[in-house]
Amino acid sequence: MISYTLHTYLIIAVFLLAIGLYGIMQHRSMIGMLISIELILNGAGLNFMAFNRFLAPDPTTGQIFTLFIMGLAAAEAAIAVSLIFAVYRKYKTSDPEQISDLRG
Amino acid sequence: MAYGTFTEIFFYLFVVLIIFGALVAVTSPILMKAVMGLAMAMFGIAGLYLYLNSPFLALMQILIYVGAVCIMIVFGIMVGYTPKQLAEYAIGPKNTLLAIVTSLLTLGVLSFALVKTQWVPATGAGSGDYSLAHLGETLMTRYGLAFELISVILMIAMIGAVAITWNGKRRGIK
Repeated sequence: MISYTLHTYLIIAVFLLAIGLYGIMQHRSMIGMLISIELILNGAGLNFMAFNRFLAPDPTTGQIFTLFIMGLAAAEAAIAVSLIFAVYRKYKTSDPEQISDLRG
Repeated sequence: MAYGTFTEIFFYLFVVLIIFGALVAVTSPILMKAVMGLAMAMFGIAGLYLYLNSPFLALMQILIYVGAVCIMIVFGIMVGYTPKQLAEYAIGPKNTLLAIVTSLLTLGVLSFALVKTQWVPATGAGSGDYSLAHLGETLMTRYGLAFELISVILMIAMIGAVAITWNGKRRGIK
């Protein structure tokens, strides 16, 4: 029963982390990087849920932690999308390598 | 027996959904396709939450990630980009090798570590109360601080998102 072992879920979570890292480094647009960050956050939530199911004594702890991660991911996505809007309006580009000047 | 086989088949289906969706999400140069891949991976993870004994979290995953975050990113793409730029922002050849090496290294090292580790369950693990009533009661009593904090964070994020994109007369980003 592969769906009843801890290792399966942990390896899926590690896969999500690795592919999210790949996406962050290789995507050339900020929205693409945001998508990769969402994948990494999902991997973290899956990790918490797996440990909660197989190792933790109290099954509510991991569920509440995962709900917390979901709320933070929603807030982070809202802030990130609005920042991308602001940067796009100012620089007329969405390539993160073009946005390189500061102004005091 | 047949029931167990069916659940196994559906588990493999969810895992394939996650892997395929994640691959689409990071390799597609067209951002709209990448968001669709992200939504597919989120659906797969919601299915895994069903296997981890918590249907409430599975529904929340679909509601928050697929329903809210993906739609918000879709709006971000449609407002901020034109279709020509979408096609132009192809994946740069410069970082690809570095990214592949780093992610494969992460995958290999962490998988090796977690397979080698002896995970010891706590006493009474996996036998607690998984009901939604118990979850809600705990959220209101023992984890009340976390509940309040996430409420404040969400409110501040909403106000902050409006303030950042505000194109008002007096202040703000022009």
